[in-house]
Amino acid sequence: MTAPLLSLRGISKSYGQIHANRDIDLDVAPRSIHAILGENGAGKSTLMKLIYGVEQPDAGSATWKGEPLALASPADARRKGIGMVFQHFSLFETLTVVENIRLVVPGAKSDLAQGIRKLGRDFGLEVDPLAHVHSLSVGERQRVEIIRCLMTRPELLILDEPTSVLPPQSVDKLFETLRRLRDGGVSILFISHKLEEIRAVCDRATILRGGRITGHVDPRDHDAHDLARMMIGRDMPQPMPAVAHSGGEKRLEIVGLDHRPDDPFAVTLSDISLTVRAGEILGIAGISGNGQSELAALISGETVLPREKSERIFMMGKDVGVLDAAARRRLGFAFVPEERLGRGAVPEMSLVLNSLLTAHPSGLLKRGLVDTPRAKAFTEECIRQYDVRTPGSETEAGALSGGNLQKFIVGREIMLSPKLLFVAQPTWGVDIGAAAAIRRRLVALRNKGMGILVISEELEELFELCDSIQVIHQGRLSPPLVTRDTRPEEIGRYMIGAHTTAEKVPA
Amino acid sequence: MNALEFIVAGMLAAATPFLLAALGEMVAERAGVLNLGVEGLMALGAIIAFIIVYHGGGHLLGFLAAGLASAALSLVFAVIALGFRANQVAVGLAIGILGQGLSALFGKTYESLTVKGLPKLSLPWLSDIPVIGGLFAQDVVVWLSLAATVAIWAVFAYTKTGLVVRAVGENPKAAHALGYPVIAVRFAAVAFGGVLAGFAGAYAAVVYTPLWADGMIAGRGWIAIALVVFGTWLTSRIFLGACLFGAVSLASLAAQATGLDVSSQLLSSLPYIVTIIVLGIISSNRRLLKLNGVASLGEPFEQ
Repeated sequence: MTAPLLSLRGISKSYGQIHANRDIDLDVAPRSIHAILGENGAGKSTLMKLIYGVEQPDAGSATWKGEPLALASPADARRKGIGMVFQHFSLFETLTVVENIRLVVPGAKSDLAQGIRKLGRDFGLEVDPLAHVHSLSVGERQRVEIIRCLMTRPELLILDEPTSVLPPQSVDKLFETLRRLRDGGVSILFISHKLEEIRAVCDRATILRGGRITGHVDPRDHDAHDLARMMIGRDMPQPMPAVAHSGGEKRLEIVGLDHRPDDPFAVTLSDISLTVRAGEILGIAGISGNGQSELAALISGETVLPREKSERIFMMGKDVGVLDAAARRRLGFAFVPEERLGRGAVPEMSLVLNSLLTAHPSGLLKRGLVDTPRAKAFTEECIRQYDVRTPGSETEAGALSGGNLQKFIVGREIMLSPKLLFVAQPTWGVDIGAAAAIRRRLVALRNKGMGILVISEELEELFELCDSIQVIHQGRLSPPLVTRDTRPEEIGRYMIGAHTTAEKVPA
Repeated sequence: MNALEFIVAGMLAAATPFLLAALGEMVAERAGVLNLGVEGLMALGAIIAFIIVYHGGGHLLGFLAAGLASAALSLVFAVIALGFRANQVAVGLAIGILGQGLSALFGKTYESLTVKGLPKLSLPWLSDIPVIGGLFAQDVVVWLSLAATVAIWAVFAYTKTGLVVRAVGENPKAAHALGYPVIAVRFAAVAFGGVLAGFAGAYAAVVYTPLWADGMIAGRGWIAIALVVFGTWLTSRIFLGACLFGAVSLASLAAQATGLDVSSQLLSSLPYIVTIIVLGIISSNRRLLKLNGVASLGEPFEQ
């Protein structure tokens, strides 16, 4: 191996009692795509923050092109030629795309706008430079992030879970971009927990578990199973086999629903039709920002339809269009929203109080007052069954990591034993062990006859879970595709709107 | 001179204290800092300028000293609110009261004394137009304030400096991650706001009504803070708002002078009533506030 571009020796970082990184040695070769593989909480993000200068290590040393490297700030890192594409907290919503980029890249607005358009064309990262970021979808925002980074011409580019919001075609395109960048002399640190992706695009992989390195491997020499074992320290749980069902009764039916939201930035839904039957999981695929959140709000009851639009949404056979969220829940509906903090849970309240938010009708009240012992027992049961890592049931919801909070919320809703369960992004940010457990649980519930609707951006997940899949694109829903008979490429075509919807399959 | 001509001619001068203080507060708020001490900063600037002008130091020196003094007091606010991350509302109120107290203390022996104001500079031809001609005869501070308004607007619209201030106000964490010194930007924004509040006070005391009376700022600092929301953090709207308040406060004077049969207390409370009504209307438009509001306003930043 040639002299490494970046080399870390004995890097450690603790936050109070928690050792986020312990004794990390890492060499990144020039012109390589190097994967950092690990579960949520394994210390990947901390390590990247140390490399990018957001935080400083407690111990250890780093060299960059053979010279000692000490980074005081991200600006320092950028000057050296290290760029990072963040997942969170990095775009300014009230600024336009080009203004966001101008904060990092010197140059006049018009030149930058031209550069943005050119990069968009070259790498399939199309985005309107003059659009305000708050009007962009999550997917488009990520494109802005990537463009912003590419425009600083880095020698080392750190990408934090870059594929999570892209459709399969764009993932391939992105990989092509990354290979081109590598051949042009840029090294890439690719953080991911998606094993197949790492095998497809990376030359090297470093695996982290519990803040320590558990292996440096060439991912092409190992199959996904091996990598997973190194990552989680045990074998992957097997997916639960789905029992074949003949269609049960209709639990949710939407018929030809059109909806134009009041919010000027929201997506207008047109002609939405779908059916979820008992003992069936229907998945909704699509790139984020194509109407998922608007559709979710209509189903959950957060958006109530006007009276004149009756007979559009049915739950358990009842027209629920004008009913609010609580009334729909009383019919046996449960909902796990996409945003955990603020919609799925109240961050400042304890887990017990958060259980009460939706579970109070299931025996947690006594004569209208909170039955504290029972609420506590319910919460502790949920924590135990769903492997929520928390000091106890009195912990504030906001103190849990994203993945653990998700496990808690999904668990809470499942414990209500609803007839119809609607889960948006069931395993977002959840580590793969726990994600597999959540999926197993969903399939088990389906086998017992629950009707389940899942919105997800992860195609692998939908293929593992669902009986059939519909794709949402620009507020329109594709006909249902039976999962067994379709392929990711086909779903992908619908995701980017390349599929003609003329050949409608009868539902 | 009829009432209309009176209002047209005096509107800009009456608006200037509101305008300067509100623009300063707008800059601080856009960086994410809510400084409620504007009233006190203006009061301090007013007395400092008055003392210097009274003792023959001249208006230029008076304005400079007022700006410096108010900036210094606003930096005390910044050290406590940004450095020690104390609650911005509480610290702002305390600093405001301190400023008013200092103003009363220094002003004790100057009560009811007068100084000479500034001459009007007329634009040739334009100032001879009937009715609106008065608009084009203003003192130098008014002209400079108009220039400053345009300059501040341009900084936010076109320059990277303005972009950085907005970025810090909207998402300090991301700005920090990009390598911008969040706390330093906020200190600078607060100090700039302090300088303008000092100028605003100085204008009120040594140009607009060149007579010292304790409490002469009379709530104009508070209206300036309201004006920032009124203008949804946009320079152009704040300018229009300031003009409106200038006109309304003159209108009540004009109405009293023409002997209109309305109680004078009601007329002089007009600007405040208008503030409440307009704020109510603006706050009911949530989309407007969402698009222009400052996301991190009033929140301390911790790295």
